[in-house]
Amino acid sequence: MSSNAVIYIAVCAVLLVVSFLFNRKKTLMGLKKGWFMFRNIMVPFLNILILVSVALYMIPPSIINKYLGADSGIIGLGIAAVVGSITLIPGFISYPIAAGLIRQGASYTVVATFMTTLMMVGVVTLPLEIKYFGRRVAITRNALNFIAAVIIGLIVGLVVGLVL
Amino acid sequence: MRKNFQKIRPYIWLLVFAVFILLSLVFDIQPGKTITTNFTNSFIEMITFIPFLFIIVGLFDVWVPKEKIEKHIGQGSGLKGILLVTLLAMLQAGPLYGAFPVAYMLYKKGASIRNIFIYLGAFSSLKIPMIGMEIGYLGIQFTLIRTIVSLPLFIGIGYLMEWYLKDKNFRVNVLE
Repeated sequence: MSSNAVIYIAVCAVLLVVSFLFNRKKTLMGLKKGWFMFRNIMVPFLNILILVSVALYMIPPSIINKYLGADSGIIGLGIAAVVGSITLIPGFISYPIAAGLIRQGASYTVVATFMTTLMMVGVVTLPLEIKYFGRRVAITRNALNFIAAVIIGLIVGLVVGLVL
Repeated sequence: MRKNFQKIRPYIWLLVFAVFILLSLVFDIQPGKTITTNFTNSFIEMITFIPFLFIIVGLFDVWVPKEKIEKHIGQGSGLKGILLVTLLAMLQAGPLYGAFPVAYMLYKKGASIRNIFIYLGAFSSLKIPMIGMEIGYLGIQFTLIRTIVSLPLFIGIGYLMEWYLKDKNFRVNVLE
């Protein structure tokens, strides 16, 4: 068991006990809500774990390293930013993918850029966004966030390189 | 027949994969066994923290009701306004397009242009369930660094959008 799991279980246990002492009904309601959220993501999540397990086997680390690794430079950054912007992957599913990429040799810059564009830039949802905010605002917001994502990726890669 | 297929449809990949595991174990197929080990490792990684994360999120949901924060939106100016929309965004879940209706609600309640876009920024990268997943998969250091770097940037985007849209008749439309 990872140290992460230990921390999560500990925090969860403490919160549950405190919550239970304050209000039993509310605590049960919280447990129920958590369970439903967990149940809803379970199947898509298992599917993505299958996909990642197969991909880890099929795609050799050397390829990941070449195109998304520390020395991939502007190409890796570009791939991450563009793929992150145009794909519509639910956030919770993107984390095992990101972890798999890092394990196979992708750089933190690439992963941070990918995650940030995934979350903040939406080319597929742009038509919908235009309906809410109008063309000019939606396009400006996406463009600004795209630039921000690249900056975030570069700084995160730099800082993580220094810290980890 | 068709009805039965509809029922198992969501589980189709799980079933295919289960058969695949079984066959690789029975016939001793090396690639299959490697993939199975990969899957088992990531499954253990997931099951040892995600259920607990969701219990934590569920407890947050009942103890920190979004409605209470929404009531104060629009009144807060300056730092307080920024903190309120950020906090509201952190309590949400779901994809970015789910944030647009909330942006409309903020607009109706009189939130500033700046705070509407700070909300969208915070929504995309500070949601508590997602932060929890990120810590679990990419580590606390990565998550902290990414969050601290992102925060000023999307607050900056909020200010930029406000400056750019001033006197441009900015409005958020409701979709029916």
